[in-house]
Amino acid sequence: MKQAGTSNGAGGKPEDKLVFAAKDLVVEYRTRRGPVQAVRGVTFDVHRGEAIALIGESGSGKSTLGLALLRLLTKSGVVREGSVVYYGRDGFEVDVLALGKEELRHFRWQECAMVFQSALNALNPVLRVWDQLYDTVRAHRPGAHRSDVRAQAVKLLQLVQLDPERVLLAYPHELSGGMRQRVSIAMSLLLDPQLIILDEPTTALDILTQRTIIDVLLNLRRELGFAMIFISHDLTIAAELADRVATMYAGRIVEFGDVRDIFYNPKHPYTVGLLEAVPPISGDLVALKSIPGNPPNLLALPDGCKFHPRCPYATAACSQEDPPLRPVGNGHSAACIHTDQVQLHRETVEVAP
Amino acid sequence: MSTPLIELDHVSQVFTTRRGPISAVDDVSLTIEAGQVLCLVGESGSGKTTTAKMIAGLRPPTSGQMRYNGQNISGLSSSQQGDFRRAVQIVHQDPYSSLNPIRTVFQTLAAPLLKHKIVRNKPAAVKRAQELLELVGLTPGANFLNTYPHQLSGGQRQRVSVARALTLNPRVIVADEAVSMVDVSLRVSILNMLLQLRDELGVTFLFITHDLAIAKYFAWSGNIGVMYLGRLVEYGRTPTVIAAPQHPYTRALLAAIPEPDPELTRAKGAMPLRSADLPSLLNLPPGCTFHPRCPLIEAGLCDAVAPTLVPVGEDQFSSCHVIARERTGHIATRDAALAAD
Amino acid sequence: MAQLVTAQSEVAGPNMLRRVGGGSVNFLRLMFHNKAGFIGFVVLVFIVLVAFLGPLFVPEDRNAHVNQIYQQPSAAHWLGTDYAGRDVLAQIVRGGRSILVVGLLAAGLTTIIAVVFGALSAYTGGWIDSIITGLADIVLTIPQLPLLAVLAAFISFKSAWQLAFIIAALGWPTLLRAIRAQVLSLREREYVEAAQALDLGTTHILFREILPNMLSYIAINFTIGMTGAIYAQIGLYFLGLAPLAGDNWGIMINIAYTRGAMFFKNSFWYIMAPVLAISILQLAIITMTRSLEDIFNPRLRQGE
Repeated sequence: MKQAGTSNGAGGKPEDKLVFAAKDLVVEYRTRRGPVQAVRGVTFDVHRGEAIALIGESGSGKSTLGLALLRLLTKSGVVREGSVVYYGRDGFEVDVLALGKEELRHFRWQECAMVFQSALNALNPVLRVWDQLYDTVRAHRPGAHRSDVRAQAVKLLQLVQLDPERVLLAYPHELSGGMRQRVSIAMSLLLDPQLIILDEPTTALDILTQRTIIDVLLNLRRELGFAMIFISHDLTIAAELADRVATMYAGRIVEFGDVRDIFYNPKHPYTVGLLEAVPPISGDLVALKSIPGNPPNLLALPDGCKFHPRCPYATAACSQEDPPLRPVGNGHSAACIHTDQVQLHRETVEVAP
Repeated sequence: MSTPLIELDHVSQVFTTRRGPISAVDDVSLTIEAGQVLCLVGESGSGKTTTAKMIAGLRPPTSGQMRYNGQNISGLSSSQQGDFRRAVQIVHQDPYSSLNPIRTVFQTLAAPLLKHKIVRNKPAAVKRAQELLELVGLTPGANFLNTYPHQLSGGQRQRVSVARALTLNPRVIVADEAVSMVDVSLRVSILNMLLQLRDELGVTFLFITHDLAIAKYFAWSGNIGVMYLGRLVEYGRTPTVIAAPQHPYTRALLAAIPEPDPELTRAKGAMPLRSADLPSLLNLPPGCTFHPRCPLIEAGLCDAVAPTLVPVGEDQFSSCHVIARERTGHIATRDAALAAD
Repeated sequence: MAQLVTAQSEVAGPNMLRRVGGGSVNFLRLMFHNKAGFIGFVVLVFIVLVAFLGPLFVPEDRNAHVNQIYQQPSAAHWLGTDYAGRDVLAQIVRGGRSILVVGLLAAGLTTIIAVVFGALSAYTGGWIDSIITGLADIVLTIPQLPLLAVLAAFISFKSAWQLAFIIAALGWPTLLRAIRAQVLSLREREYVEAAQALDLGTTHILFREILPNMLSYIAINFTIGMTGAIYAQIGLYFLGLAPLAGDNWGIMINIAYTRGAMFFKNSFWYIMAPVLAISILQLAIITMTRSLEDIFNPRLRQGE
């Protein structure tokens, strides 16, 4: 049984143990113009109770990756290569890509759950919240007692800062977007999974609602200790929630490391580009920079490093080879041959009053 | 002080729906000076987009007066009203629905150029369209003339939208969440392009956004207005409002925004609000509409007396009774402010 | 300093404005895109050619050959003969034209009425909208067949135009409501709002912004309207509400039925031939609509 990173075999601390490991994952879509690889070889792992952020923009492949991990791809998407391994609570290993239909069903809610971006779609508009929660539990655990389910539902709704009495009897359209998102999160935790995957959990939500969701997630992790993979284009939410961050570009992870390393000492030009493009709200007026060029066209990727046409550090060598992730620090790796030169610049334009 | 370009004087927009009247915009007054940058910031239901549409002439206010160059808009002749409508153009949020998918970039740009006789014939339209595209950073312009929107990226489409807005040489461009759906790494170049247009062409910008951090960057040299449930709750010069907000809602917003810095953001204290619920526009709370959520609430005052924007400092206005009283000695109503003078 | 984004031009080709469908080569290529649609198209073209050019080669057989009634298909008569000994195949070849012509006219009239008034109704709103939709509702609630029977007593349905007109007069409400719903939704699009801010005028907005976006919708509804019109005609002939003169598949069915062709063993082809001809025509039309969507889809233009 392979365990990478800091975990050791039996006898190590439970929180060091792996809960999830994806290796060399390649996901392909069939399109009118031929097959397109949305994910081109992704390897990463998640430890128990850890929060990993997958950050990327258009064409990065992050959403496809999230769907592929739970085998939720549409018919036109297929996992071409690679493995996804899930490590259960009792130490059993599950090859997610090889699961049969029944086992997949069990896996998908009891071990690993997903919260989607548009909370509207996750909730059935013609069912009250309680009916939906109850149905979900019963679908996976037919013998569950009503009172147990209710107790669990009440506990979770309180943890997401909702009033159970009011929410359980409501229909989804009677709740606001933020409330529906919180119900989705609570629903995903009903069967006590070890890992939840959240796709753009705060996108399209108001600022104050976003803050509630972030606080709710922090609180839930503290209380329940599950691991989390969240997918977003928003770096700031990674700064809030993540233990480790992976930045993705054109279907690959281009940098991966501890959250502090990524934000304070980024070593891949794309990560640097992202950081230099995000305006901080507090403090002085900082000069921001866009990344020149256009998002990657997955049908016509450049040779060598996929980022090099837009990269300020690019040299001729960059168009020859697509560099793999190489270690640049403790648990910190970047896919660039010029990491020694890459530096984050923050220039103050005007001091705040 | 020259006449402001656009003035909103106690403007409201009430929608009548089956379930009752909705005050999308309630008693908003503000001025936009030529060449200025103004950001309207707010969450859903704040009325910022409705205000933008009124300013763009797409929807007349249901009460209050809007003035263009000092003249009341509703009193203008229909040709003058046409002038006003053409002088204020809009750039939308969604790059995927703001351009007609079955028209090429050239067709989209040429239609207004030819219709309003900005150019005389088609070859002139081609030349002008190219110039406009290069102005918004799409060079060489000729390459983009015969593309359809689906062949362009989101950021490129937004630039085409800006070029379209520029066709009639407008005085004001209203950008409604113009970069919210564009990749983060590309937003800044579009914002910088807009600022450059302001410098080179003297176009005035009204920038609507829910992202205060973007508002800070874009409108640093201008003003920011914070809206909540249809009302302007704070208004002032951007650096001041961001550094020293004078309304609890603004303070809550600023405290809630995550920073791109793990240490900073995790140490940052949020400003807890008494309730997370946004009241429905059909059932607005009495007095100050923010009072059910406000930590500064004073019973008897905040839930009874409706506030307006009053000056609370140099070039800063707030509609919070408690803070106004702290800073000026009187609460945030017009009568109190007049009485104090 | 703003960073100018240089275009990585994704467009090949000369700077030339291309029209809808991009020319005939593009048209065929897009039609071929969808295999089923292409087959439908080919079959339809074949039927049209036979219907319009066939009669030039196949003479009308007016003489009754009493000794040859209801003959089985043979080398001389590929589809056998009818109740009067006349060649069935000849009648089939000659019988398609008027069906197609009336179908086309009826669908065309219906579409024009529905598009013009539906778009107007949706875009202007107000009392114009109320009147038009009210009228549509009234016509929709009238039972069509009894109405046709009543009208047949007063109006003669002799010419193609008359037939087409009466079919269109009953068929426009449904299409109008569909067009109106589409325009209502497209009216709220942001590019329409931008056109309003640019003061481009109602005519431009309707005819250059909104309706062109609905071309595939209109085209598909047009072809489906044709199938409806064809069935309506067959119904009229079958019920004897339209005069039984000339060669026409519908007339063939009526006569075959009234002459008891169903009860003769060998007359199978007399009644089946027109039925099959109509069915194949309808199938071809419907299958072809699958390709129509592709033709009007801007994303498929310019060799992408």
